[in-house]
Amino acid sequence: MASTIQCDIVSAEAEIFSGTATMVVVTGEEGELGIAPRHAPLLTRIRPGQVRVMLPEGGEEFYYVSGGMLEVQPHVVTVLADTAARASDLDEAAAIRAKEEAERALSDRSADMEMAEAQARLSEALAQLSALERLRKNVKR
Amino acid sequence: MSGSKEIVGQIKSIKNTRKVTRALEMVSASKIRKAQDRMQAARPYARLIRQAVGHLALANPEYKHPFTQGRTEIKRVGYIVISSDRGLCGGLNNNLFRQLLPRLREHQEAGQQVSLVLIGRKAAQFFKRIKVDIAAATQDLGEQPKLESLIGAIKIMLDGYRDGSLDQLNVCYNEFINTMTQRGTIEQVLPLPPAEDEPMLQNWDYLYEPDPESLLDDLLVRYIESLIYEATLENLASEHAARMVAMKSASDNANNLIDELNLAYNKARQAAITQEISEIVGGAAAV
Repeated sequence: MASTIQCDIVSAEAEIFSGTATMVVVTGEEGELGIAPRHAPLLTRIRPGQVRVMLPEGGEEFYYVSGGMLEVQPHVVTVLADTAARASDLDEAAAIRAKEEAERALSDRSADMEMAEAQARLSEALAQLSALERLRKNVKR
Repeated sequence: MSGSKEIVGQIKSIKNTRKVTRALEMVSASKIRKAQDRMQAARPYARLIRQAVGHLALANPEYKHPFTQGRTEIKRVGYIVISSDRGLCGGLNNNLFRQLLPRLREHQEAGQQVSLVLIGRKAAQFFKRIKVDIAAATQDLGEQPKLESLIGAIKIMLDGYRDGSLDQLNVCYNEFINTMTQRGTIEQVLPLPPAEDEPMLQNWDYLYEPDPESLLDDLLVRYIESLIYEATLENLASEHAARMVAMKSASDNANNLIDELNLAYNKARQAAITQEISEIVGGAAAV
């Protein structure tokens, strides 16, 4: 049997590929990488591009990743793919958007309420809920 | 007959309500499945990234990332609060907020400042009435939350931790246990609690391209993002489950009401008929 390496390609939202391969080709930050079984442990960032997985039964599979991390251990290759395009300025823009959203959502913020008052209101709502629950049980009986 | 006519109207309106609650119940039931599948799909990423972080921490004991270092004095605490966008899901959101409020109060009493990131519309609606600092908010995540829509909000907290304006970060969400049970959970995210040691027998280190520090930083940021993302998915599944249960009980209630009203209607009708007959009989007797 040809020597193989376990290959997992996962993103935060889904598992993209999981299986054995004879070789995995990835575009690393410092250049193209071909990972064969018993490769030395390696950790690197990957550039947006193709991941080529050569299957033991012949044939290849291609996946596109928009960046991420690559972890290699002698018998396992893990591609942690990013689902979103990442760049520091893009992230910054997302952060600003989230801040603006907070301001927008809170623009009609009425007079500040004290924590105690909020708690009182909350327990009121919960009391109503449990009262409804009790009512329902009584009706059943 | 006027009484019975009113009852007929009531029955009709309750039947309409029942249609709505039944439809919502069925929609939620099918959405739970999908939400659970999505939870499953997100697990491998988090597991593998945790593994890589664990290896890295063990292989590089001399380098300590700020995210893994606790602070001696805690002055500002951050919470990421995950709630649902829509209501009609029983006490799900309220129960979560009720758990959180006493903690916020404790922080206030201890002189610690609190900063919140709100995910979901219900949290925004609730916390805007309270005197707390809100750093960021996101809503309208929809049925398939994208990691993309969370990155900004998480970054604000991570940056805060990096530059020292935040000393602790927690995430607060509803954990999906099963369809009937969801548990409000508050977990600490930063400083990262030390990973459970997986026994590492051989001593080895990675080759790093370019350098371990920046890689570890990237990995940790992604790890935290995946934690929050997972929490969001759990909360989504909990939301659907809670809504299904709430709608089921609403449908049951509607059924009970309809039964009662039907009985009242029949009684009213019977009473009207009896009255008519007795009037006729009375009239005949008088002649």
